[in-house]
Amino acid sequence: MNAALIAIILSALVALSLGVLARRGRDMGLEQWTVGNRGFGWVLVFLLLAGEIYTTFTFLGASGIAYGAGAPAYYIIAYGSLAYILAYFMLPPIWAYGKQHGLHSQPDFFVHKYNSRTLGALVSVVDLVALIPYLVLQLTGLGIIVEVAGYGAVSKEVAIWSGAAIVTAYVMVSGIRGSAWTAVVKDILILVIVLVLGIYLPVHLYGGIGDMFEKIDAAKPGFLVFAASGMSVWWFVSTVLLTALGFFMWPQQIVSTYTARNANVFRRNAIVLPIYQLILLFVFFVGFAAVLQVPGLKGADTNLALFKLVTAQFSPLTVGIIGAAGVFTALVPGSVIVMTAATVLSKNLIGLARPNATDDQTVVLAKWLVPVLMLIAVYFTINGSSTIVTLLLVGYSFVTQLFPTLVCSLMKRNPVTAVGAMAGIFTGVVVAAVLTFTHATVGSLIPGLPQAIQDINVGIIALVANVVVLVVVSAATRTQGASVAAE
Amino acid sequence: MTLIRILAVVPFIGIFIGPIVHNQVHPLILGMPFPLGWVTVWVVLISIIMAIIYAIDPANK
Repeated sequence: MNAALIAIILSALVALSLGVLARRGRDMGLEQWTVGNRGFGWVLVFLLLAGEIYTTFTFLGASGIAYGAGAPAYYIIAYGSLAYILAYFMLPPIWAYGKQHGLHSQPDFFVHKYNSRTLGALVSVVDLVALIPYLVLQLTGLGIIVEVAGYGAVSKEVAIWSGAAIVTAYVMVSGIRGSAWTAVVKDILILVIVLVLGIYLPVHLYGGIGDMFEKIDAAKPGFLVFAASGMSVWWFVSTVLLTALGFFMWPQQIVSTYTARNANVFRRNAIVLPIYQLILLFVFFVGFAAVLQVPGLKGADTNLALFKLVTAQFSPLTVGIIGAAGVFTALVPGSVIVMTAATVLSKNLIGLARPNATDDQTVVLAKWLVPVLMLIAVYFTINGSSTIVTLLLVGYSFVTQLFPTLVCSLMKRNPVTAVGAMAGIFTGVVVAAVLTFTHATVGSLIPGLPQAIQDINVGIIALVANVVVLVVVSAATRTQGASVAAE
Repeated sequence: MTLIRILAVVPFIGIFIGPIVHNQVHPLILGMPFPLGWVTVWVVLISIIMAIIYAIDPANK
């Protein structure tokens, strides 16, 4: 057993211990298990919300896209900070409404706002279809990290099964509290490692960050700026805007919102989170540093750029510590995702068939759904083949379709009806799915348009279709029973 | 409230202006290609803008 593997195994045991200890004698009813009794201060909420920045996507996907695509990677730095501006205004009323009505999931919010359990069921399906690939993404990343950082001593399959077992154990025992506790260790580890790698590697290999970019520009002209067509600057603008709208539509983000002690938590976080997201810049630097050092990685192998570089530059123990941080980036977000999915399934989908279920019955079922969902995710992880970024884009395109309906529900006079909301979301999701799986672009759909419009992110089409249908159907059905006004 | 809305909208325009009007590597900003450096500077500005909004927001007070 090598030093790297020992460090990785230790990190997994620390995650398991912290996750289980987080319970500390608390009775894990529905309120405590899902939303931590709505008692988290700004640090824990900060870590839960920031948890979405530092997933395996950060370690593998962000460095991989910088390595493989160059300039298009810049969108990852931009969208989060714009999303935090939206969060400043959106999350306080969502939190207040959740507290007032005792909500535990994102579909709960739609059920109460629109007085429609059917809309809640539709949102639940969208959530689950988005969450499972996101969970698969975390497990895929975990398998890659453990296999590469452990120098092949442990296979991907063993790593995936072990990670799934650890997450299942501490989520069933501690719920959201276990995720929050392990997030503390994760973010400290990530912060230190990413900063050290992002500064050390460009300086050591190129003489500095500026020197690194000069050498890349000389070797690969055009790599560091946007292309004239395709992934052009207009693709960048539209992708940033689209992703910023979807950022807080992920159901686990809404659950993290419910955990807060008061609304001020979100306003304070909106100041700090943009700066905190700049840590991603140092992940980029590692990906860019790999461009000339480990050339030739193609397709899904670009996700290995970071680890290919660090295994060539550092001792096994150092690689193991980096791998340990990577393990946390899979386990912590994975735990929040699977807990959210189990709650949605138990309360908002299966709950339709048993409307008189008590909170205790709901949480018991949710806890036992955790291993079921994890088994499904492990199956897709071991048998799937999509790259990490593609998986994330599918989930993103789905949850973004919830944005118009949610934002309208925050207005003083909500113009959207429950039927209009359902029609809009359904249309948006279908269009997004068709566009994603046919790899269509605006240019391929409407070839005669100016180049700038042809390059716009195709997800905009799904969102526009969603809004058009939402407005038309709401106008047609408004007299048949308007939605509940914002409270 | 008007000032808060203006402050909140400005980054949605500002962060894109640099890459749109000057999609070139040079001049480097903070050692980074111009578009990446521009976005980075705006992310810092967004934190400052959010701090200003937080300070003047009557809802917060």
